[in-house]
Amino acid sequence: MHNANRYTRLFALLTALSLLCATCPLEARAESKLNIMTATTDLAALAQEVGGDRVEVESIARGYQDPHFVEAKPSFLLKLRKADLLIVVGLELEIGWLPPLISQSTNPKIQVGAPGYFDASRFAKILEIPTGVVTRAEGDVHPLGNPHYWLDPENGLRIAKGIQNKLSEMRPNDAAYFAQRYDSFEQRIKQADEKWLAAMKPYAGRKIVTYHRSWPNFAEHFHLDVVGYVEPRPGIPPSPQHTVELIGLMRRDGVKIIAVEPYFDLKTPNAVARETGGKVVVLMPSVGGEKEITDYFKLFDYDIAKLKQAFDETK
Amino acid sequence: MKRFSVLPLLVLFAATVYAQERPAAPEGSGKETPSAGGSAGTVEETRMKALEDQVRTLAEQVALLRGELKEFRDANSVRPRPADQVLLASSHVEPGTLPTSAPVSAVPSAPEPAPSAASPQVAQTQSYGGATSNAKLLNPDISLIGDFIGTAGRNTISPSRSLELHESEVGMQAIIDPYARADVFISFGEEGVNVEEGYVTFTALPAGLLLKVGKMRAEFGKVNTIHNHALPFIDRPLVTNNLVGGEDGIDDAGISLSRFLPAPKNWFFQGTAQVYRGDSSNVFTANQRQDVSVVGHLRLYRDLGESTNIDLGGSYARGHNNAAIGTTFNPDAFVTNLYSADATLRWKPLRRAIYHSFLFRTELFWSARDQLSPLNIFETQHAFGLYSSAEYRVNRRWTVGGRFDRSARAANASLTDTGFSGILTYWPSEFSQIRGQYRYGHLWDITNTRFTNANEFLFQFLFVMGAHGAHPF
Repeated sequence: MHNANRYTRLFALLTALSLLCATCPLEARAESKLNIMTATTDLAALAQEVGGDRVEVESIARGYQDPHFVEAKPSFLLKLRKADLLIVVGLELEIGWLPPLISQSTNPKIQVGAPGYFDASRFAKILEIPTGVVTRAEGDVHPLGNPHYWLDPENGLRIAKGIQNKLSEMRPNDAAYFAQRYDSFEQRIKQADEKWLAAMKPYAGRKIVTYHRSWPNFAEHFHLDVVGYVEPRPGIPPSPQHTVELIGLMRRDGVKIIAVEPYFDLKTPNAVARETGGKVVVLMPSVGGEKEITDYFKLFDYDIAKLKQAFDETK
Repeated sequence: MKRFSVLPLLVLFAATVYAQERPAAPEGSGKETPSAGGSAGTVEETRMKALEDQVRTLAEQVALLRGELKEFRDANSVRPRPADQVLLASSHVEPGTLPTSAPVSAVPSAPEPAPSAASPQVAQTQSYGGATSNAKLLNPDISLIGDFIGTAGRNTISPSRSLELHESEVGMQAIIDPYARADVFISFGEEGVNVEEGYVTFTALPAGLLLKVGKMRAEFGKVNTIHNHALPFIDRPLVTNNLVGGEDGIDDAGISLSRFLPAPKNWFFQGTAQVYRGDSSNVFTANQRQDVSVVGHLRLYRDLGESTNIDLGGSYARGHNNAAIGTTFNPDAFVTNLYSADATLRWKPLRRAIYHSFLFRTELFWSARDQLSPLNIFETQHAFGLYSSAEYRVNRRWTVGGRFDRSARAANASLTDTGFSGILTYWPSEFSQIRGQYRYGHLWDITNTRFTNANEFLFQFLFVMGAHGAHPF
């Protein structure tokens, strides 16, 4: 048994070598398409708008999933490993799951700060940036501001511009193509936005209640007034006392609409709606929340149609 | 010459002193007035009125400033913020530091009376200089997890304290440079301090290699890699205590290299090879420098649909043990080989991820330990142990779970301890946790050489401060 050390060393060496050797069959890249991974479906939709057929885009989170609580599954590592570009929402939205995925991806291109790491929040208008002392007594606050900023078409356009610049930088030969794609997107989103604003105009200034603080950018753009939340604090489940207060508030202000994200339980919202004669509307915060929402335009089409219907029903 | 220079200095000094004292003067005289003209109510009334007016104008000024500030901030937030790369390097930001870009530049233009009357928000940002707040942004993410455990009931074999702050784990995590990040977890127990983990991870290596260097929990099975606070139970399984080094497990200074291995489509296959110094609790003991221990781990994972997945692992560890220390035998010849297999099934529906989930896990351990028999003959003890656990999230706040334990003892495989636990967990929020566990054990009593029953109730309070980085899946 004297050769135990030798065994040990041999074992270590062999394992290391076998791991190294295993690198050989990989790296079969001839593909000229840019491989883009995004944290959420909305960013994927925007990247697709700009990138067209020169890019391959996939989102980690699904549209009907709470983007705060995505599981850092190893299957995502397989995709991140091959990514040329990673687009994230930022503002600590993904803090619970993305950092370990990035560091374990063994992909130098998408590490924080690397050229393939793209934080979309840098291009968007951010609301609800807390001032003064930030503590968790306020729940799961985002110290850098509200991360649900993509729900404003203007921000969509700003992010798309940022993506266009990034893609052109990564693929200079396709710069003209991306510029043309962006121009087309800009034109279409401006047209669509006029239509959406017109559709929402009759309801300007209407007060609504939402489950989570997912809608400040949406509400600002479409002139809605979010007066309360089903959650007593961000990330804290509804409490009986808060629910009673919310019912009081809705009755006093005549609020009839409770907008709920698809990943929250409808029990409390339904109870509040019953008490106040209001209506629960499940609005989609992300592309892919429903099968029919296949792109960024359909996201607003869907939500605005739902809201309109609800406003009309609760007149 | 000297006198001439002293004189202006004196004058200057006097002037400063006078200027500094001056604002205090009205306050002093103000205090005197009421006592002097105590009966004259009219004087007080006019004073009150004057004060009211003053407060009103101040309030107006504050409102004005707030408006300006908001405008400024809105305008600022649209612009891409160049400081963001720095922000992201340390993802947690000290309270009050972020909005500095707007308020700091806005404050100097504010009229003099504003700061005193302004909301604490403005005052807060004002106290930070631009340079200091930027320096703070480069601080690591710092967190502390407090783990308080109480125990009641009967256990004569391994009694724990009635009440204890079992562990306070301080975590510091940061990106070091474009090529590496570091994670350090220091655990303050009731008796001492221990670097639970402290390692640097090189994330930008070629060929898809991931290198970690430092002190780490070894990649040996599942439960060995999990920090106390992240366990689905209060204690650790019996088999961990009997075969894999107890609470700290295989936790040693070493080097870890891992890589994704080629696998069929949709399968995730990862291999890890680690070399450690060879000192881990009571499992491995390095008697000389060459006595390094090695750990190898293979992990196979697959999604069975978007909400269900299966996670399989096999591990091997080898190192020298302490069986021959103090005997005439060559300690070099006494080795412990450990093998483990683990399987995990997870279910979490994406639409209701925060309300419902289920996890079933089982881990099997085999230990082959070279030691001396009671008759001082070289022998190898082959011990086997396992645990199986399940947990179900009933709703957003409650989780129920259970665990079955069975394990022989590493030094005497003929003695097998058995146990089971029922666990109930409540989450007031993501950042605190209250847990109760009933634990039954059928344990071997060495002193009385017979099996005894242990019935215990454990409870635990966990709280998280600061930004504790997410643990790997």
